[in-house]
Amino acid sequence: MAIKGFKNFFRKIFSNIFKNKKEVKLGFYGPPNAGKTSLANRICKDFTGEEIGSVSKVPHETRNVQFKEKVEISYKGKKMTFKIVDTPGIATKIDYEEFLKYKVNKKDAKKRAKEATQGIVESIKWLDDMDVVVVVLDSTENPYNQVNITIIGNLVARKIPVLIVANKKDLRTSNLKKIEAAFPEYEVVGISAKYGKNLEDFYESLFKLSKKL
Amino acid sequence: MKVKRGMKKIKGFSLQFLPYSEIKGLNGDERIRKILNIVLGNNILILQGKLKTDEETRLIGDTMAMIGHVKGFKGIELAVISENGNKGMFGKMKQGIVRSLSGGDLGAITIIGPASIVKEIKRNPKKIELLLSR
Repeated sequence: MAIKGFKNFFRKIFSNIFKNKKEVKLGFYGPPNAGKTSLANRICKDFTGEEIGSVSKVPHETRNVQFKEKVEISYKGKKMTFKIVDTPGIATKIDYEEFLKYKVNKKDAKKRAKEATQGIVESIKWLDDMDVVVVVLDSTENPYNQVNITIIGNLVARKIPVLIVANKKDLRTSNLKKIEAAFPEYEVVGISAKYGKNLEDFYESLFKLSKKL
Repeated sequence: MKVKRGMKKIKGFSLQFLPYSEIKGLNGDERIRKILNIVLGNNILILQGKLKTDEETRLIGDTMAMIGHVKGFKGIELAVISENGNKGMFGKMKQGIVRSLSGGDLGAITIIGPASIVKEIKRNPKKIELLLSR
């Protein structure tokens, strides 16, 4: 009994010493085509020289959870190591006919739809494993989408810190204020993942959130 | 019967209202099964109250697992409209007591429809618009 107590005591001390050096599991969640992979790519490219996945105008380009380990992000002299987890976009419906509009042939469209449904199930399963989640939203779209609310609600219920990124702020129809109004309890950072705009604010918020872990 | 150009007949569907008392005593699995049974019968479900967040996520996961296995099923459209969360401390406490007594957020309304019928649910904080497929 006493030995077990000592073991637990030392385990706690060691885990506290190395707490700040552990890898933070950083998930990118959101609806399809919001720019999750674009943002994850930019971070990975900047700090490892390699991208995490391909991007496309066709929705559900990311159909598997993809990750990059030991990504050391430096910002204003501070360093943190992350495991970047890029997830397939979460949706409540998938129709292969939607992909035909993007000149994808019928066979590939059906395959894409099948893989996309599996990807969504996989995304949901990974929610539990995250330390911090960046919810990437398309700032040109209506934020009052139930998928966004469900994702954020789940993260709150699991006590996982959330940062909302309003992507595509470079576009004329971008409306950051609408996203801020939809989620007044969260910090919203407007960026353009495609052009690397305002990433400083993103890193600032990410470090602030991750430090609390 | 002549159909005007661009005015196709909407395939049959019905609206079904489900009071919260119908799902109150059910566990998560049973709730989701009940909801999916209604939606798979080409009904638009109007549910009094709302599901728990983990139930909502499971509903999405189960829906995805059914696409490709149930003929013609493309998923669901889902929207929840509830009271504004910008309440003071006292308001939140009052809401918490009411919820614990009733077993759920009865001030909320959840709309779930099959994606083959409900094209889009446009949602603003206090308004829901259902756009139906033709």
